[in-house]
Amino acid sequence: MIRIQNLTKYYGKHLAVDDISFNVEKGEIVGFLGPNAAGKTTTMRIIAGYLMPTRGDVWVADYNMASHSLDGRRLIGYMPEIVPLYTNMTTRAYLYFVARLRGLHKKRTKIRIDEVVETCHLEDYIDVIIGKLSKGFRQRVGLAQAIIHDPEVLILDEPTIGIDPIQVAQTRGLIKEMGKQRTILLSTHILPEVSMICERVIIIHEGRIVAQDRIENLSTLLKGGNRIRLKVQGPVEKVTDRLRQLHGIRAVSYEKPYHIVEYPSDQELRGEITEDLVRNGWTLLAMESVEMSLEDIFLSLTTAEVKG
Amino acid sequence: MKNIGIISCKELKSYLTSPMAYIVTAIFLALSGTSFATYLAGTNYADTSIRGFLEAGQILILLFAAVLTMRLIAEEKKLGTWELLLTVPVRDTEIILGKFIGSLAMLTGMLLLTFYYPILLMVFGDPDLGPIITSYLGLFLLGSAALAIGIFASSLTSNQIVSAVVAGGIFFTLWFLGIAGNFAPGALGELLSYLSLSRHFPDFVRGVVDTKAVVYYLSVTAIFLYLAIRSTETDRWR
Repeated sequence: MIRIQNLTKYYGKHLAVDDISFNVEKGEIVGFLGPNAAGKTTTMRIIAGYLMPTRGDVWVADYNMASHSLDGRRLIGYMPEIVPLYTNMTTRAYLYFVARLRGLHKKRTKIRIDEVVETCHLEDYIDVIIGKLSKGFRQRVGLAQAIIHDPEVLILDEPTIGIDPIQVAQTRGLIKEMGKQRTILLSTHILPEVSMICERVIIIHEGRIVAQDRIENLSTLLKGGNRIRLKVQGPVEKVTDRLRQLHGIRAVSYEKPYHIVEYPSDQELRGEITEDLVRNGWTLLAMESVEMSLEDIFLSLTTAEVKG
Repeated sequence: MKNIGIISCKELKSYLTSPMAYIVTAIFLALSGTSFATYLAGTNYADTSIRGFLEAGQILILLFAAVLTMRLIAEEKKLGTWELLLTVPVRDTEIILGKFIGSLAMLTGMLLLTFYYPILLMVFGDPDLGPIITSYLGLFLLGSAALAIGIFASSLTSNQIVSAVVAGGIFFTLWFLGIAGNFAPGALGELLSYLSLSRHFPDFVRGVVDTKAVVYYLSVTAIFLYLAIRSTETDRWR
């Protein structure tokens, strides 16, 4: 549904997006993950047709966004990072304006306003001036304008930023609900959000894609082995040395007060480790396996990138 | 075409619901009205024309245009709604023309409010209607050129004050080209005079509709609207 090929964007001399390529298939919810200033917003702006790329191509459905921007834009619902609201309009007037510009007829507009207001739970605020709405409701109005024309593709830039936890949960629910019939690309720098909403994740850092995969694959891919955390009563240095000598151990590190031990995923060394420690007269106080969270994945990917 | 209508309607509505348009209209009417009345008093009510109104009006209409247009694009950029307008399936040309027509409607409304000057003259005297009609045509053309310049200025920035100042700068430059034209020799002088914003209006006041003058105002309008469209396109490439 969305195809991006060798996309590069410079702002003057500053390189914001560096030769990235990815696809979003029809019906997928894809999370676009990265720290601030990673190039997420720029990429989404180019997909939405707001900016032109320096190099590379973007297709939405089969429309090239450079040559057939208007056709492409018809299919997209876009919620920018800064929710684009006319603060002196009522919610109704605002949605009416956007719907009409999106090419809806007057009758259809009225029907759709009622529908999206219900979807986004804005019933009580439909005739309130937008400037008087709280941040969370403004966010919902932003979401409502993005879906007013029932688009096939939704592009949401940080849809849950700056709103309170209860509203965050509601918004996520809303997005999941909408994702049932639509293709969604959403950006965020909040990791749990991705695992909650998305099926697939694209991690971007300093304008480059550092990883993209289904969420469950991503954690095993990166793990590539087992990681366990040990708490041992004994001299730290000696314990570390001893663990390193054990057959099959890939890496040992010490993060007070734990030893972190890594070994290949096709082996099970926990028994041997325990026996060996006891044989040396040390006491094993705790042993647990460590799942890499998205946070770890993210950190290891992005820091590795910095080193490289 | 439909999109132009939607955008101009929205602009007109937002003028009518914000205090700014009322304030500038009130100032315009107060100042031009004073000028209208003092001119009549000055001629001892012998010259029943709207000359007094026009003397002030031709300058005031520029001020009015700068204030009316300064928010049209700059405010959208500040609010972030520019990103919305540039991602809905609407051409850049339609956005700019919609905004232009919205502000032109506002300007026309304000000119309609000044109709009571000639009506007063007709009630109490016997004015020559020809020059009055051509003067209004001149004001309308001058106004639309000024609005186009203002929209271009607004497209350059997200700061409304900067927009108004830039528009003012362009007005003054074009206005004083006429004076420069008086001093410059030969063909250059004539060219500068022709390009001057102030040069063509007196014809309309005298009751003459010169094709060259009409073409001049329409060209200025078209050129600056075109520049505003290009400036919008350039935004996408920055």
